[in-house]
Amino acid sequence: MNDEVRVGVYICHCGSNIAGTVDVADVARWAADLPNVVAAHDYKFMCSSLGQELIEKDIQEKGVNRVVVASCTPHLHEATFRNACARAGLNPYLFEMANIREQDSWVTTDRVEATKKAKALVAAAVSRVVYQQPLNSLFVPIDPNVLVVGGGVTGIQAALEIADSGQHVYLVEREPSLGGHMAQFDKTFPTLDCSACILTPKMFNVGNHKNITLLTWSEVEKVDGYIGNFTVTIRKRARYVDVSLCTGCGVCQEKCPKKVVDEVFEAGLGYRKAIYTPFPQAVPKYPVIDRGNCTFFLKGTCKACQKFCPTGAIAFEQQDELITVKVGNIILATGFDLFDARRISQYGYGRLANVFTSLEFERLSNAAGPTGGRVVLRDGVTVPKSVAIIHCVGSRDRNYNNYCSAICCMQSLKFAHLVKEKTGADTYEFYIDIRTPAKAYDEFYQRIIHEGVHFVRGKVAEVTDAARLQGEEGKLIIQVEDTLIGAQRRIPVDMVLLSSGLEPREDAKETSIKFGISCSADGWFIEKHPKLDPVATMTDGVFVAGACQGPKDIPASVAQGSAAAARVLSIIGQGEIEIEAATALVNEETCVGCKECISACPYTAIEFLADIDKAYVNEALCKGCGTCVGACLSKSIKLKHFTDDQLVAEMIGAMRTMKLFEMAEAEVV
Amino acid sequence: MFEPKIIGFLCNWCSYRGADTAGMARMKYPPNVKIVRVPCSGRISPELVLRTFWEGADGVMVLGCHIGDCHYSTGNHRTAKRMPVLKRLLEYTGIEPERLHVNWVSAAEGEKFATLIHDFTETIRELPPIAEVIK
Repeated sequence: MNDEVRVGVYICHCGSNIAGTVDVADVARWAADLPNVVAAHDYKFMCSSLGQELIEKDIQEKGVNRVVVASCTPHLHEATFRNACARAGLNPYLFEMANIREQDSWVTTDRVEATKKAKALVAAAVSRVVYQQPLNSLFVPIDPNVLVVGGGVTGIQAALEIADSGQHVYLVEREPSLGGHMAQFDKTFPTLDCSACILTPKMFNVGNHKNITLLTWSEVEKVDGYIGNFTVTIRKRARYVDVSLCTGCGVCQEKCPKKVVDEVFEAGLGYRKAIYTPFPQAVPKYPVIDRGNCTFFLKGTCKACQKFCPTGAIAFEQQDELITVKVGNIILATGFDLFDARRISQYGYGRLANVFTSLEFERLSNAAGPTGGRVVLRDGVTVPKSVAIIHCVGSRDRNYNNYCSAICCMQSLKFAHLVKEKTGADTYEFYIDIRTPAKAYDEFYQRIIHEGVHFVRGKVAEVTDAARLQGEEGKLIIQVEDTLIGAQRRIPVDMVLLSSGLEPREDAKETSIKFGISCSADGWFIEKHPKLDPVATMTDGVFVAGACQGPKDIPASVAQGSAAAARVLSIIGQGEIEIEAATALVNEETCVGCKECISACPYTAIEFLADIDKAYVNEALCKGCGTCVGACLSKSIKLKHFTDDQLVAEMIGAMRTMKLFEMAEAEVV
Repeated sequence: MFEPKIIGFLCNWCSYRGADTAGMARMKYPPNVKIVRVPCSGRISPELVLRTFWEGADGVMVLGCHIGDCHYSTGNHRTAKRMPVLKRLLEYTGIEPERLHVNWVSAAEGEKFATLIHDFTETIRELPPIAEVIK
């Protein structure tokens, strides 16, 4: 009795998701006749508590000792059903799943064909499960330290949440200061809070938190390990300033004779020095020397900063430092790049002086910006009398990005308000659709309408300075089809603002490879589940938050920062974590010591035992990929839970069923 | 019409999720391919593919992560080296090498997955059933 294999098969309807295309009752009846099957049911929702109880009851009452659930993808509910088995006292590795939703009912049109495919997949799983063996999971301790990558508002939020709970955070930011894009903004929609006023206190808290090691002007070079036990190598670039001596007095920046156009923080509208902090409230307060522009590094003379520094903190001899930290979890909050408006040449950015990007306008409007908050044309003095704001620049456009950048409508409405308030100019919004779905957003839109902004629905064809009609001389002319009145219009204005969309960071792909996660076709990091697990990734212990996962405004980014922190804290709270028990094992009797597996292993998890001339797998390092199994010439390594007999049995289960149907059809013909 | 019987060995992290993506987008493709999930395409030994042909599969698909995207960093490098050799072996034994299709499908590439299934099923349909080749 103990050795007898007794399989229970459960076919899920998934409401009508499966049952609408697959004859589930027929599949269950058919499965009941498969070898070793002692119970076969179909049920409305197997993942519901009643569905799971069905499994538990059969294990306890009918002696079921192998379980097959045919439902959705294992990526969704494998853990659910493994847990159900475990609750009933069955080893969770004696469970197998047949994916008859994503791989069958959702992709097959014909009901008969879909039902046949479901039968083949169920037969494959039943055939496989017979060969499955109980496995015991390994538990590894969780290193409570956390790495947060990106010091924008999302990373700041995540770091503070974790640090406040008492855990240690390494916050890595590649710019000289925390703040990210939010530090550059003037006002935030829809409340029109001053961006810096709400952000800088948080930056200050990060800089002074006893549980946060802040590493600015730094980048992650390399990540090794797995959840609970990552080893991260960080390149701390030379600041050329000894932070233990620097007081942040700013004398060096005053005395530095070299002015450089600030392409990053001031969006090219203002200047900084070769030794600089991006903005006065920068955290940390220590400046960096921009080596590529510093006269000393270029010509070997100058050293003005060193001469005037009251504490002798300038350290030209500093070198980049590689530091290694151990962390248990990682949060990526690397943010976005602004769409480069030069790519849409017909809008004239970079060619027509008075076409501005959204980020340039933020700096113009910002009281701490290059014009002290005056909204003026590129000449620096003329106040515009009319302003056009163009939506969806680089978004919702098949030539650039298909997606909606989510923030541009509200950003454009905010711009209209600021333009009106500061200049009283006639203001036009050119939009495809106005999208204001979040709390208090549509009210803001209504408010802007009542402020007298003109709304023109239509995608702008061109911005040109070629005057054709009277009143167009010296102006920028917006050529647009007004789709509400069904007419072509030419609207002359003094200033054009391009509400550029958001794009993945230029190096997002590189980052994703470094951290072992995936990017979507658009280039955004992919979350584990778009609805139910929006900040986790397929790589355990690596989380994503904020705009690196997709376009997001500040409230959504902050919410994700907190969410990622909560996920990480819940893992830390567990103390240890279960890792896959499916690791490789060498059969010492047949191993010939050829070392082929050792060169195949991506993790150097296989050692060579020279005394007995055999290979040996270190289970703690093995990730269970099975590349060694594919490489082993003497078939002496097995990957637990993906053994040859299990995979062959699964394949044979599917093949024999297909052949069965083929013969049945041949007979009919 | 000849309905080919095909087995697809898909890696868990990219290709299997690519198939899930195709499903979530309700892309339609022929039902001929039955998927066997493996952790990494590097797990797929040549013997497993040969055994699948021996069991009567008219075609075998091996799908993994794109090079550089592998969840196990370099597992698929082995696949990329191993499978072309296997194809030559197939040819040597008289099995048309196009019966083995090796490709890379990311988790985002549902459309690519559906197209591959569609195209491969049609390619195999053009060939005689494997039962006429392996006797």
